[in-house]
Amino acid sequence: MLAASFADFMQQVVAGLASGGIFALLALALVIIHRSTGVINFAQGEMAMLSTYVAWALITHHGWRYWPAFVAALGFSFVFGVVTHRVVIRPVERGNLLRVVIVTIGLLIGINGFVIWQWSGEPRQIQSPFGSDIVNIGGVAISVQDIGTIAVALGMVVLLWLLFQFTKVGLALRAVAVNPEEARLVGVRVTWMLALGWGLAATLGAVAGLMTAPSVGLDPNLMQATLIYAFAAAVLGGIDSPLGAVVGGLLLGVGLNMLSYLSQYELFDWFTEELRLPTALLIILVVLLVRPSGLFGHAEVKRV
Amino acid sequence: MRIKRREIVGAAVFAVFAGLVAVLPAFVSDFKAQQYAYVAIYLVALLGLNVLTGYTGQISLGHGAFMAIGGYTTAILMAGNEEFGGSISGGMKDVWTLPFAALVAGLVGLAFGLPALRLSGLYLALATFAIAVAMPSVVKRFEELTGGSSGINLFGTPELTGSLTNVEILGQSLSFNDWLYYLCWTVALIAFVGAWLILRGRTGRAFRAVRDSETAAVSSGVSLARYKTLAFGISAAYAGLAGGLFAIANTFVNPDTFPIALSIYLLVGVVVGGLGSLSGLVVGAIFVYFLPTWVQGQDLGSVLPDRVIEETTKPGGGQIVYGIILILLMFLLPTGASGLFRRVGQWLDWRRYSRSE
Repeated sequence: MLAASFADFMQQVVAGLASGGIFALLALALVIIHRSTGVINFAQGEMAMLSTYVAWALITHHGWRYWPAFVAALGFSFVFGVVTHRVVIRPVERGNLLRVVIVTIGLLIGINGFVIWQWSGEPRQIQSPFGSDIVNIGGVAISVQDIGTIAVALGMVVLLWLLFQFTKVGLALRAVAVNPEEARLVGVRVTWMLALGWGLAATLGAVAGLMTAPSVGLDPNLMQATLIYAFAAAVLGGIDSPLGAVVGGLLLGVGLNMLSYLSQYELFDWFTEELRLPTALLIILVVLLVRPSGLFGHAEVKRV
Repeated sequence: MRIKRREIVGAAVFAVFAGLVAVLPAFVSDFKAQQYAYVAIYLVALLGLNVLTGYTGQISLGHGAFMAIGGYTTAILMAGNEEFGGSISGGMKDVWTLPFAALVAGLVGLAFGLPALRLSGLYLALATFAIAVAMPSVVKRFEELTGGSSGINLFGTPELTGSLTNVEILGQSLSFNDWLYYLCWTVALIAFVGAWLILRGRTGRAFRAVRDSETAAVSSGVSLARYKTLAFGISAAYAGLAGGLFAIANTFVNPDTFPIALSIYLLVGVVVGGLGSLSGLVVGAIFVYFLPTWVQGQDLGSVLPDRVIEETTKPGGGQIVYGIILILLMFLLPTGASGLFRRVGQWLDWRRYSRSE
């Protein structure tokens, strides 16, 4: 009995890591944009959803194979992110930050409308690149889809880390996030770096969207709940900390599945699937009240 | 209190506006009157959110939740909740529930304002957003109090003025919608004056000081804890009042009456109206209520070519236009409608002085 329960438990952990990996990717996208532009991009989820539709359209209407379509969708999202920054974000970057927030809300509404207008709001199916097999590791049944998702998420995080730590562009990106004025003085092309950040963030989001869609089905609201989870994960980790976003995402993914798992016991029987989101947010609120700048964030020090 | 020249002009504009509001129902259909009543409701909510976000600089993404608290307070006081197993018998006339709606939401706002003191910026935005996200599930969970997912119906109850027969008031016979219009606008105009009185004096100055620089405010003797919490309380009370009116106008509340999107649209309304200004909020309220229908092109059928109407009435078409308009507005009117009013005012001043030369 105990062994079966343990296998059950491990299954939940792995599934939690998979969904947590997706939260982490989108949270990382939010953190990159927040570090450079200082706002939360409310359209991050919709941009990811649009890229997922692009991949779906290439596969369904143009007969592409999965991985070429995957790469093309990432390329599309990168360009879309860069163009978004140049065309609609840059003009409002100065002045009140709420203007940028409202512009991203405008993008959210517009992109959602565009997808419904172009491809209708009906749910679609997009194949999983990893198939639907289940493998058995030490008595724990794990879906290949989950393993693939974890691997892709990890791969993206490592790639991004390499880019930020070991390339000249990465150094410039970090410099712009820390101090745009001084970066400009030493010859970094700040606005292009900001646009590049938006492109990278959009690409991360697209991966998150492509990993989400096979299991839940593709529809225009694909990423709305995920965006809230990612927002929560980013804030939990500390909104200016990429490491925090990854840890926050994984913690949230595993934590939520733990609650589902524990709900079979009397102490946690109040927990229903409907309470998933509110419970997650409540826990995060409590964490924030203890650590107001998140787990890995730095308290803002202001010079007066 | 010294009265400034600007304030006399402001009072005159307000009087003219109130006069226009009073005579408008004579010229529009019953259905339009109901729509304008909703504009007044949004105006009340936006006034409240602007106290917090525009004047005190605290972003709230959860004001829909405070509206929900007000709405449910009104609905429960009117219809009671005995049929779901609760212990409140109801029976209060709709208008008299409004102060309670404001009070309950205001107290919750004060209570929330205290822990929120530790949070700022985006962390606060998430905290308030969390409330808005959690609200529908919480409402469903406490079924004995709120009627769960089926909600509370007010239509046809004797407590809802005018839902059964016309309303006789001051020798006039008003339809339900006309009555609703006058009720909502009366409340909105009183709320407007109330907000103006709060913000013009010492309290408003303290709010603005907190917004512009917390450090400077503290070193000038402004208590952050006191004024931030107060701003939360006032703001939530306004939202609660708006929620109460919403319940009356909608004649029905359920967990989906106050969706998450409402909180986001309220923030949009405040920014479009103009942060830190009251007059622009009327435009913000009109924007929030009417734009979703206008972008479908239905009301503008005679102005736009058929080809455009055909595309915008397709599913999603209107949303595209909405998004584009929102982005363009932020480009063209960085300070919202109130900034536009100010610029027109300055231009008029300039005209006057240059002529007198």
